[in-house]
Amino acid sequence: MTLTEKLLARAAGKAEVRAGENVWVKADVLMTHDVCGPGTIGVFQREFGAQAKVWDKDRVVIIPDHYIFTADSKSNRNVDILREFVRQQGITYFYDVIDDPNGMWRFDLAQGALKRQYGSQYAGVCHTALPQKGHTRPGEVLFGTDSHTCMAGAFNEFATGIGNTDAGFVMGTGRLLLKVPETMLFRLEGKLQPGVMAKDIILHIIGEIGFDGATYRALQFEGSGIATLSVDDRMTVANMAIEAGGKNGIFPFDARTAEYVEARTRLNGTRQSYEPVELDPDQKVVYELTVDLARLEPTVACHPDPGQRKLAKELGDVQLDRAYIGSCTGGKTSDFVEFARWLRGRRVSIDTFGVPATPEIVHELQTTRWGGERLWDLLVAAGVQMTENAGCAACLGGPVDTFGRMNAPLKCISATNRNFPGRMGHKDSQVFLASPATVAASALAGRIVDPREYLPS
Amino acid sequence: MQSVFRGPVYVVRDNIDTDQIIPAQYLNLVPTIPEEYEKLGAYALCGLPESLYPVRLVGEGQLDTEYPLVVGGRNFGCGSSREHAPIALGSAGVKVVLAESFARIFFRNCVATGELYPCECVGRLCDELRTGEVVSVDLDAGAVTVPRTGQRYAIKPLGDVRAVVDAGGLFNYARQTGMMPR
Ligand code: SF4
Repeated sequence: MTLTEKLLARAAGKAEVRAGENVWVKADVLMTHDVCGPGTIGVFQREFGAQAKVWDKDRVVIIPDHYIFTADSKSNRNVDILREFVRQQGITYFYDVIDDPNGMWRFDLAQGALKRQYGSQYAGVCHTALPQKGHTRPGEVLFGTDSHTCMAGAFNEFATGIGNTDAGFVMGTGRLLLKVPETMLFRLEGKLQPGVMAKDIILHIIGEIGFDGATYRALQFEGSGIATLSVDDRMTVANMAIEAGGKNGIFPFDARTAEYVEARTRLNGTRQSYEPVELDPDQKVVYELTVDLARLEPTVACHPDPGQRKLAKELGDVQLDRAYIGSCTGGKTSDFVEFARWLRGRRVSIDTFGVPATPEIVHELQTTRWGGERLWDLLVAAGVQMTENAGCAACLGGPVDTFGRMNAPLKCISATNRNFPGRMGHKDSQVFLASPATVAASALAGRIVDPREYLPS
Repeated sequence: MQSVFRGPVYVVRDNIDTDQIIPAQYLNLVPTIPEEYEKLGAYALCGLPESLYPVRLVGEGQLDTEYPLVVGGRNFGCGSSREHAPIALGSAGVKVVLAESFARIFFRNCVATGELYPCECVGRLCDELRTGEVVSVDLDAGAVTVPRTGQRYAIKPLGDVRAVVDAGGLFNYARQTGMMPR
C-alpha cells in the first residue's frame, strides 16, 4: 500500500484499503478557524441539536487566524462566536485572540496595523500553528476546514481540507466517509543549490503536472533528497499539494520528524504517543516523477494560477509594484531568515510587506541577532513594513482594511501559495508566486529577477 | 425528485476558482445565519473580472440570478475549501453547474450541502454555448438539449452522489438511509 492507503486503512480499522474504495475513517483531530468555524458550528448545532456535545473536546482544535486584524464588525463577531462555542463545549485547545474568556474581540484601527494587538494564547496561521502547538503527529488523520490543511502531510499524517457540512459531521461523530485517493509519486533526489528553496520544488512540480494534475489524488514524496529538507521545507512542499488539486501530500517519517513532533508535543502538553507509517516496497502508484533537486532553478508561478510556471530569470521584464512575504507557506522563520539574507544591508525599491505566520515567529525574528542586529530591525531597515500581527493578512485579500491587501490593480510578487484573479484583493491585480529568496531579490530590483543575480555579500 | 432543469445558462471558462465564485472579503458572512445566507447569493461569481464577463450572474442590487444553470470549463471550483462557494451559487438560485471537470473539494461541498448538482459534461459546453441561451438539462436522461437549435450534449451520470443532492445534502441523506437517527 502507499503511505496514504496505509493511513486510511488504519483509520478505517481495516487491514488493507485500495485507491478508489470508499471508507469510513476516524478523525484524530478536527481543526477549524474564524472563517469556516462559525458556519461549521452552525451546521453542527442545526443537525445535532443546540445542546449536543462535540465528539471529543480534546480533538477539536480552534484557531482564529484569517480575518483578525480588521475593524470589520462581522469578522470580529466571528471570533466571538468561536469563543462562545468553546465555553459552552469546554473545548481544550482554543487559541483565542484575547486572553479574557468572557471578553469580546475588537480590533483597534487607531493603534495602527504594525503593533501587536493579541493576547498570550493567540497562535496565528492555523497550518503553522498546528505543528508548533503540538497537534500534528505521524500516523494520524487530520481534517481541517481549510484547503491548505494538507500542509500537515509533512509530518507523515493524512491531512486534508473539508467544507463546513463535512466538518459539522466530523464534529458530531468523529468520522467521515472518504474515497481513498490514487497516489502520484515524486522522488526528490540530490540537494538544492544556494538561492533555490523548497518553494521552487513545489512550483516546479505543479508546473510539471498542471494545476489540476493531481485532482482527487495523493502526492507522495520520497527519495534521498528528503533528508536534506528541513521540517519547514517539507511543510512548504506539502502545503501546495492542493495547488495541483491534490487531496493530500505525504512525506515519509524520519528522525527530523520525530525530533520536531516530540519537542512540540512535550512543550505544549499535547498527546505524545504516535505511530508512523513506513514506506512499503509493494505499492501501486498512478504516476512517477523524479526531481533532481540540484538542477532546479528559482521558479515563479505567474498570474493567474499556480500552474503558470516560468523560471525567474525569464521574467526580467515584469515590473512590480509590490512584494509580500507571509502566509502558512512562506511566512515561517526559515523563510524570513532566507529573505533577510538577501536584504541585509540593502534597501527594497518597491512597497514590501512582511507578515510572520505566527506570534512565535515574530518572537524568533525579534530575538535572533546577526552581528548584534535583531533580524526584525534588519528587515525594517531594509524598508520592509513588518507587522507583529501574525495571521493570514493579505494572503487571501480579506476585508478591505487588511494589512498589505491590494486595493488597486497592482502587480505583486509573493511568497504565498495562491494567485487566482483577486486572491490578494483587487480582482484586476496580478500575483506572482515565488520563494522568499526570489521575492527578496525582486523587491530590491523592482522587477522579477533570479535571486542568484543578487547573491548576498 | 426533479430531474429536468430548464432556463438560460451563464457561461464561464476554465479554472474558475473559489475566489471568483465568492471573493474572500465576503467570507465574514456565516452561511448558517439566514440573512447572511441570502447575502452570499448576491455576491455569487462577482469575483469574475468585468473585462471578461461584462454580464453579471446576479444583477446589481439583486439577491437572485436569472440564470439557474452555470456552464464552466475545466477545474471549476478550484482553490479553497470554503463552502461559501456552492452556497453562494445555490443561494442565488443556481440549480446545476455543468463543467468539463470539477475541483475535488468544491464537488464534495456541492453534494454535502445539497445546494446544487455538479454535473460533468462530455466535451466543452463552455465553447458551444453563450450566456443567455436557454437549455434543458435532464439528469435522468444524462443530456443537455438546446431547444433553439435542437443540439443535444451528453453529461456523465452523477452516480451515488445524485441521491445525496436529491435528499438535500449529507445530513438529510444520512437520516433517510438510516445512517443517522432521524
Ligand atoms: S496564510 Fe493564506 S493560504 Fe495559509 S491559511 Fe491563511 S489564507 Fe490560507
